[in-house]
Amino acid sequence: MPIQSLRGALLALLLVAVFLAGVWSQSSGVIDDFLWYLPDVRFLAVQHLWLTAMSGGLAIAVAIPLGILLSRPSMSRWAESLMQVLNVGTTIPTLAVLALSMSFLGIGTVPAVFGLFVATLLPITRNTYAGLKGVNPALMEAAAGIGMSPAQRLLKVELPNALYVIFAGMRTALTINVGTVPLAFLIGAGGLGELIFTGIDLYDPVMMLSGAIPTALLAIVVDALIATVAFLVVPRGVNPNRA
Amino acid sequence: MIKLDNLTKVFDTPKGAVVAADHISMEVPRGEICILLGPSGCGKTTTLKMINRIVQPTSGKVFIDGEDTTDMDTQSLRRNIGYVIQQIGLFPNMTIEENITVVPKLLGWDKARYRERARELMAMIALEPDAFLKRYPNELSGGQQQRIGVARALAADPPVMLMDEPFGAIDPINRAVIQDEFLKMQQELKKTIMFVSHDIDEAIKMGDRIAVFREGKLVQYSEPDDLLAAPRNAFVESFLGEDRALKRLNLVKVNEIVSDEIGTVSPGDTLEQALARIDDFGYQNSILMVNDQRQPVGLITRAVARTTRGYCRDHFQNVPATVGLDDDLRKVASLMFAQDTTWLPCVDDEGRVCGQITQRAMTHHLGARFRAAERTAQAAAETTSKE
Repeated sequence: MPIQSLRGALLALLLVAVFLAGVWSQSSGVIDDFLWYLPDVRFLAVQHLWLTAMSGGLAIAVAIPLGILLSRPSMSRWAESLMQVLNVGTTIPTLAVLALSMSFLGIGTVPAVFGLFVATLLPITRNTYAGLKGVNPALMEAAAGIGMSPAQRLLKVELPNALYVIFAGMRTALTINVGTVPLAFLIGAGGLGELIFTGIDLYDPVMMLSGAIPTALLAIVVDALIATVAFLVVPRGVNPNRA
Repeated sequence: MIKLDNLTKVFDTPKGAVVAADHISMEVPRGEICILLGPSGCGKTTTLKMINRIVQPTSGKVFIDGEDTTDMDTQSLRRNIGYVIQQIGLFPNMTIEENITVVPKLLGWDKARYRERARELMAMIALEPDAFLKRYPNELSGGQQQRIGVARALAADPPVMLMDEPFGAIDPINRAVIQDEFLKMQQELKKTIMFVSHDIDEAIKMGDRIAVFREGKLVQYSEPDDLLAAPRNAFVESFLGEDRALKRLNLVKVNEIVSDEIGTVSPGDTLEQALARIDDFGYQNSILMVNDQRQPVGLITRAVARTTRGYCRDHFQNVPATVGLDDDLRKVASLMFAQDTTWLPCVDDEGRVCGQITQRAMTHHLGARFRAAERTAQAAAETTSKE
């Protein structure tokens, strides 16, 4: 009983605080300030998502086949060393990767997409590899024993059973990707980074937040989107969320 | 029919070459279950897996129904061999129906045919098709999963099956049930089966033949009764256990040693007559009383017959137990021990007395095989010493 009344009191306090904050923001004109940036936010968010889609899509298109390739028994001797090469893409600060790609590819969308692609590659490859390696050996023996060809084993047994782990990798990678895209502004690729960095330079918190808050929201939306796709695509028997 | 011809597997390990299977030659006749038996690391599983090339043989040949499989395409070879493993290996991403129909689909059956087949198989393994076909493996118990595993192996009706300790991970009660079900199915299906086990009791129960392995070599290959009666060497003997004579009780049916000489009395006989018959037939304690249909209705004990006057129908005890002609001797022995008796009446399908089974006859039957085996061994030893 005391705990419930405490919770009720806190809830009431929170409501009051939110109400007061609303009153304050309305009277001080902050909301209008934010709304003033709305057309910019719309335009830049599309640009932002476009960068994520390009770099992320490219990373998925390369990382999954790469992960599959590395997980083949014939590659087992090289897999870890090759993975370390990819690791470099993640350990070097993304800013440095972008700077490097700018020095090769110049300014604009292309070097930004390339830099983001490099930074996103590893988590997906690593999870694809780990997911495939983690498939129960008994399944592989059963699949081989009943006469599936290597390709059939991959498509019908290995990938479906690794899919949950692969999707987990894509979620991590793409969420981080959305959060990293603002840096692409620094090499002239646009995106919500334009509001964030300009806001910082002009010492304008409202402008900065008009870039930062939509970025965070986009990251959450992308994460939820991939989670939904995973929920629908991963077969029911191997999907912990649908058991 | 499965025939192995000098099948050998050498594994290259960092410590040097290890011979996992050393020139294994054996033949399993069509429709029989052959158990590969032995301790861990004896080469039984390696031998099994060389048949469907999960393990690539170093040398030697495998013939299936007389056909050399060496040059056959691995995939089509495997699609024509049912394969059941201890870990079951159902695909968790597929429904039960999809699991069962994997091989028929690989073989290109049309949809109506393989769906029909799935229902047929479910009926065979006694699982309700409508309740199970749309479910996923992780929703089933271990015993149910292995039944599905067996159904999957049988799906395309392969003539040959390989089973690698298929019932090893199932609890003892369910295991016995599944073994019985499987034997019943096998009576109709008549598959040629290689079956790996490390459990001597399972081997005796399931096997038409047993191959005992040790350190990559085939030590003895014979029928279960021969194996138990005449183990070839000390290793086989110790592997079978000191109670191997008792294990043979499982293999002998009552009708093999039943004696049709049985003394009976009818309810109308006097106790004096009963006593005389007890002595005539050499019973120690009692004699069986039967009715007009020769069905056992009671026992007249010697003590009563000697001390009392009157008719049998007024002075009998209940019959402690009877055995059927198809019962095995293990059940008979168990009943004898439980009832503290040296003989039991045997009844036919209609419940009529058709003979008796005595402890003497049982020990004589088991002993005869041992003595015969010893004589052969001695004779063999003598001939070798003469040479």
